[in-house]
Amino acid sequence: MRFDKDLVAASATPLVLGILAEGESYGYAILKRVTELSGGRMQWTDGMLYPLLHRLERLGLVVATWGTSEAGRRRKHYALTAAGRDALVERQEQWTVVADVLHQVWRSAQQAAQATQPLQPMARPAVAEGWA
Amino acid sequence: MASRERLEAQIDQWRSYVQRHRAIAPADVDEMEDHLRGRVDDLTATGLDDDEAFLVAVRRMGNLDAVSHEFAREHSERLWKQLVLVPDGPPQESAPAWRELAVVLALAVGAGIAVKVALAAFDTDSALLRNVPLMTAPFLAAYFVWKRRVAWRVVAALLVPYALLAVVLNVYPYVDTGSTVVLAAIHAPVVLWALVGVVYVGGRWRDQDPRMDFARFTGELVVYVTLLAIGGGVLLGLTAATLSLVGVDIEPAMESWIMPFAVPGAVVVGAWLVEAKQDVVENIAPVLTRVFTPLTTVMLLVTLVVLLGAGGLADVERELLILMDAILVLVLCLLLYSVSARDSLARPGWFDGLQLVLVASALAVDAVALTAMLTRIAEFGFSPNKVAALGLNLLLLVHLARSGLLLLDFLRDRRPFGALVRWQTRFLPVYAVWALVVVVTFGPVFGFA
Repeated sequence: MRFDKDLVAASATPLVLGILAEGESYGYAILKRVTELSGGRMQWTDGMLYPLLHRLERLGLVVATWGTSEAGRRRKHYALTAAGRDALVERQEQWTVVADVLHQVWRSAQQAAQATQPLQPMARPAVAEGWA
Repeated sequence: MASRERLEAQIDQWRSYVQRHRAIAPADVDEMEDHLRGRVDDLTATGLDDDEAFLVAVRRMGNLDAVSHEFAREHSERLWKQLVLVPDGPPQESAPAWRELAVVLALAVGAGIAVKVALAAFDTDSALLRNVPLMTAPFLAAYFVWKRRVAWRVVAALLVPYALLAVVLNVYPYVDTGSTVVLAAIHAPVVLWALVGVVYVGGRWRDQDPRMDFARFTGELVVYVTLLAIGGGVLLGLTAATLSLVGVDIEPAMESWIMPFAVPGAVVVGAWLVEAKQDVVENIAPVLTRVFTPLTTVMLLVTLVVLLGAGGLADVERELLILMDAILVLVLCLLLYSVSARDSLARPGWFDGLQLVLVASALAVDAVALTAMLTRIAEFGFSPNKVAALGLNLLLLVHLARSGLLLLDFLRDRRPFGALVRWQTRFLPVYAVWALVVVVTFGPVFGFA
C-alpha cells in the first residue's frame, strides 16, 4: 500500500517511540518491527529512519549508545528517555482523538449513504410518473 | 566464496558513494551499513543470492540524495557546510560563477558610492555615524535577495521598518554633542543587522534553524572581514610607504576615496566569501573558539580577583559598566560561535565543562560590577548611557545565566544539547528589539540630550 508522504512523516514519530517503549532497539530492528506490526502493509524508505532517529535524539526523546552486533559490527542502539515517554503519552492522546474523529465521521458518512440509497429509487419514479 | 567477496566489494563501493554526501557523517554511514548488512542477511536467508539481496537492500534504503537532504535538514551544522549544494527543496540550477561575482562587485561598488554620497551630504560626524550603516545595509541585503530569490513581499515588508529607522535617525532633533545621538548611532546597526538577517533566512525568521545559520554567518563574516582588513591594511601601508618615497602623500585619497569604498566593499565581498567558501572557515571556527575560550576564562578570573581586591568599588568609573557589557558580549559571541559549530549529538566533553566555567566566571565578574554600578546609580541617578548599558547588561545576564543552567543540565545528562541551541536562537531577537527601543525611545525620553 502506498502511503502519503505527510502521513508517513506524521505517524513515524509516535510509531518509533512506541516501538522503543517496548524496549531498546536499533535501526534495522525498528523497521522490521514496523513491517511486522503492519503485516507488511506499511513499508518505509529504510534510509529515512535515521534522520528521524537523530532528530528524536536531538530533542532528547531517545538516547543512543554504540554497541556491537552479534556479527561484531558497530551498531547504534536507541532507548526511550523519560521525556520520550511523556512525548509518547501526548502523541497517543492526540492520535486517539484523531482516530476517534475519523471513525465517527466515516460511520456517519456510511449511515448517510445507506439512508439516502433507498430513497433514490422512490424519488426517481415519482418524477417519472409525473412526466408520464 | 567468490560471491561473498563480491558482496564485500559492493558494500565498500556503496559506502564510499554514501560518504560522498557530506550531510551524512561517517558514524551515520556505519549505522546505515549495519542496516544494509542486516537486510542482506535476511534476504539471503529467504533464498536470494548475494547480488540480488544487495540490490534489493540498496533499493530499500531509498534515494540517497533524498536521505542526505533529510540528514542535512536535521543536522543544520552539516547543512551549513553544504548550504550551497542543497538549496531548500529540489536542487535548482545556480547562476554561473562569473555572474555572481559581477553582482557582488556591482553591489560592493554601489555600497561605496552610497557611502561617498553620504560623506558629501552630511557634514557632521554624528550624522555620518548614523547614516553610513543605513547606506551600506541595503546592498548587503540586496545580495541575499538576489542569491536566495527572496519573495518581493518579504522585501516590501522590510522596507517599512527600514524607512522608519531612517526617518527616526535623521528627523529626531538630536543635540550633536549629546549621548542619545551616539546611543542611537550605536544601536541602529543592530536593528539593521536583524533586518539583514530576515533577508538572509529568506523571510523564514520564525524558524529556529535558519536563525542559527545567520548566527554562524555573522561569526564567519567577522572572521573574513578581519582577514580582508588586515590584508588591505598591509597593502595600503606598503603602497603609502612606497609613494611617500617619491613625495606623493596618499592620505587625502585614502580618506576621501579608498576608505569609503574599501570598508563597505569588504563587508559585501566578505558576505560573498562566506557564502562561497563555507567549509574553509568552518574548520577555523571550532579552533578559534577552542583557543579563545580558555584564554578568556583566565582573563575573566584575573579581572574578578583584581575587582574584588580593589575594595572601594563604589567610586569606579562609569566606563566600567560599558566595559562589562563588552566583556559579556565577547563571552556570548564565543559561546554562540562554539554552540553553532558543535555537533549537537556529541556526548558532553571537557570543552563543554570549560564553557560552563567561562560562563560562570563571566557571571561572577558581572555580578561584582553590577552591584557597584547599582550603588552608583542610586547615588547619582540615571543617565541615558547608564540606562542603555544597564539594559544591555540585564539582557546579557539573563541570556548567559540560562545558557549556563542549560549547559550544566547538559553536562549532567539531564537535557539534550538541542535545548541550549534553541535557547540561543530564541533569545537573539530580543537584542534587536532592545536596540530598537533604544533608538526610538531614548531620544524623546531624555530630551535628545
